[in-house]
Amino acid sequence: MTEENKNSGLDKEEEYIINIGPQHPSTHGVLRLVVSLKGEIVKSVEPHCGYIHRGIEKMCEKLTYPQIIHLTDRLDYLSAHINNEAVCLCVEKALEIEVPERVKYIRAILSELTRIQSHELWWCSFGMDMGATTCYFYGLRDREKVLDIFEETCGGRMIVSYNTPGGLMNDIHPNFQKRVKEFLKHFRKKLPEYDQLLTGNVIMQERTKNIGIISREDAISYGVTGPSGRGSGFSCDVRKHHPYGIYDKVDFVEPLYKTGDTFSRYKVRMDEMWESMKIIEQLIDNIPEGDYCAKMKPVIKLPEGEYYQRVEAARGELGVYINSRGDKYPYRLKLRSPSLSNLSALNLLASGFKIADLIAIGGSLDYVIPDIDR
Amino acid sequence: MPFNIYDFTSFTQWIDKSLYDSLSPLWAMIWEMTIIGVAFLLFYAVIGLFLVYAERKVCAFMQCRIGPNRVGPYGIIQTIADLFKLLMKELIPIKNADKFLFNLAPFIVIITTFLAIAAIPFAKGLHAIDFNIGIFYILAVSSMSVIGVLLAGWSSNNKYSLIGAMRSGAQIVSYELSVGLSLITIIVLAGSMQLSTIVEAQADGWFIFKGHIPAIIAFIIYLIAATAETNRGPFDLAEAESELTAGYHTEYSGIKFAFFYLAEFINMFIVASIAATVFWGGWMPFHIGGWEAFNNIMDYIPPFIWFFGKTFFIIFIIMWFKWTFPRLRIDQLLTLEWKYLLPINLFNVLLMAFIVLMGWHF
Amino acid sequence: MENSQLKERILSLVPEAEIVETKQYLNAIIPKEKLHFLAKSLREAEDTSFDYLFCLTGLDLMDSLEVIYHIESTKYHHCIVLKTSTTDRENPILDSVTDIWHTADYHEREVFDFFGIKFNNHPDMRKLFLDETRIEGFPFRKDYVDEINIVER
Repeated sequence: MTEENKNSGLDKEEEYIINIGPQHPSTHGVLRLVVSLKGEIVKSVEPHCGYIHRGIEKMCEKLTYPQIIHLTDRLDYLSAHINNEAVCLCVEKALEIEVPERVKYIRAILSELTRIQSHELWWCSFGMDMGATTCYFYGLRDREKVLDIFEETCGGRMIVSYNTPGGLMNDIHPNFQKRVKEFLKHFRKKLPEYDQLLTGNVIMQERTKNIGIISREDAISYGVTGPSGRGSGFSCDVRKHHPYGIYDKVDFVEPLYKTGDTFSRYKVRMDEMWESMKIIEQLIDNIPEGDYCAKMKPVIKLPEGEYYQRVEAARGELGVYINSRGDKYPYRLKLRSPSLSNLSALNLLASGFKIADLIAIGGSLDYVIPDIDR
Repeated sequence: MPFNIYDFTSFTQWIDKSLYDSLSPLWAMIWEMTIIGVAFLLFYAVIGLFLVYAERKVCAFMQCRIGPNRVGPYGIIQTIADLFKLLMKELIPIKNADKFLFNLAPFIVIITTFLAIAAIPFAKGLHAIDFNIGIFYILAVSSMSVIGVLLAGWSSNNKYSLIGAMRSGAQIVSYELSVGLSLITIIVLAGSMQLSTIVEAQADGWFIFKGHIPAIIAFIIYLIAATAETNRGPFDLAEAESELTAGYHTEYSGIKFAFFYLAEFINMFIVASIAATVFWGGWMPFHIGGWEAFNNIMDYIPPFIWFFGKTFFIIFIIMWFKWTFPRLRIDQLLTLEWKYLLPINLFNVLLMAFIVLMGWHF
Repeated sequence: MENSQLKERILSLVPEAEIVETKQYLNAIIPKEKLHFLAKSLREAEDTSFDYLFCLTGLDLMDSLEVIYHIESTKYHHCIVLKTSTTDRENPILDSVTDIWHTADYHEREVFDFFGIKFNNHPDMRKLFLDETRIEGFPFRKDYVDEINIVER
């Protein structure tokens, strides 16, 4: 049965409707934004999603738990490792298994490396959307080093699938610690270059300060988490409030800014890269010896009940809800996607600003479309 | 055949004389114009090819990569390959577009650049049109390119092109004021609008040094305004690929797109050569008044090398802007012009006039 | 607030609620008419102030369709789970909580898209992801059959 589309209010006479996407260099994926303009001012933005909907949640109802890990890589492919970790933690919580300390350390180091490379790619595309195309190459040059580390240890650059319920699929490569330390040394020198190129630039500041302001109450109400929420002063870091893994033992700061505009969201992500490096430095030399995986049964069956796990992905809070009926497939698996909630605030943020600002705001919210559409 | 690379006047006089001696005056004039026209067309094409290649290489080196290096040694033949590709592309006719204006627009843009390039002094004696209102002529002719841009956007029957053309039109018309006023500052210093007089007057020092403070301010403003005039660098909102696909030339394909593209580069060459002529001495070598030995060494380098060297250096600076800075938004662009550059410019003209009256220049 | 205090508060507002304590969160099963009232009170009361809805899930139990709300307070950091269900599978209708938490806007559209549950007072009740010219029906229901696109093992 079909539903009639309600008049979404965009087809008024004086308004000029343009379509940004689905094929467009700036929407970072296949997203269609129907924008209603009056001159240069945006009156309303309506996102149309679903171009890359693959039915991951429905597929998971017929897959075993180790098989589900391979699907989670493809959600928000820039935080692949963190997505894997989320499902693994949920399963381990349900089975009440304690993973070895070694696993916790390695998972945290890889998660922070994932966060760094995700923010680097965000920086590249943000600069490019604003017109400074050189940023794209500088960020990618450094991101390649992280991807090389992933490739050596996990076997894949972007799609890692290194976690498994109970621990890791295989032990780390002997070169891992050395390469991570080299990367940290190299990146500490390069990150100030990023600031010199883009952050301090007057043109960039004029285009991002006081653009797209969201207050703290609105951020909480719309569910805008992650760096986008922290730019408005919403302290939502899951690693701090509901720690998992080794995060209660590491020392790091959650960057919070009060203004809530595009520039503060930008600054939060730059600061997060420094904080991630701090976390890695505390962990990299102290990886304890031990097993890389706890003893698990060959067929994993979760006891009957509902389980929820929250992790801090690069974009915000990722939630995994598993409803199990006692057999080897989940009865229902729901993934709470950070990008969908961030996108829902786009209309509020962009109304009243110009088209050029819409691009900047979309870039600062940093949504990844496969995460929205799942 | 007298060919002196330091002074082309003898060469051009020899061609002129031999033509008028051997043919009737009418035919001699026609042949002479044909020769000059063909020479300019060739020069235009070669400069266009070279600039496109240079842009790609400069851009690549700034972005930590190499740029074209497969087609020919060091990728020199890349632009020719691109040209062939563009020539072979289908010219897609738009259904509801105004056909006459749609086809006319690229030609207007090309013709205005062609007219402007004829008035530039390349070296002593290599100066095709030497009006006594040289600078005024160049400004007037290059202002006509905005007609081509607006026609292109309007006749494409496309919302994006229209938005892009409107933005571009507003931008070009605004920044012409700044370009004109900064050139007027130097005309005040030089006392004449004729380009050859301006260049000759810099024989003992370039205007940017002679006119110290107001000339430097005028140069900086000219550089900013000229980048905005040619829709380049941080002012390329009209063709911002990440926002509106391609702005006013979205619907053009094949050779017509090649015309817009080429015209943009030649425009860049024209504004850079005007800057080099008016502020940096044109084809005059770098002389310091009083240091005869130094001046003799500087004189050893032929004038056209000086001219092209200066022009390409300014082109390099313009390209540097484009690949480093993010884009300005349209209202910030117009605010910059009307609220900041225009008052500074007006004040600068007054300052220069005052300095000339008092005789406080070198 | 502790779980016991929250349990008392919920029972005082909605006596028909069924409270289940799991290892993780306190679950409260609420009849569908009272959900909006309870949610609003929980949000507005000073000592509970549940202002952050972090997950809205649809679930197909074979005889009923359920919607699960995970809410948290950013002030006190306590979380509970509210559940409500409807047994009407032909025309399921529940109350929308968009006026309380704006994030429910897109999530309720997603639940409508996949399960067919309509929400009263929703500002824009349309499908979010699926294209109705190609997919008829509600794919996440357990009785959904599609021979062409779904391959059963």
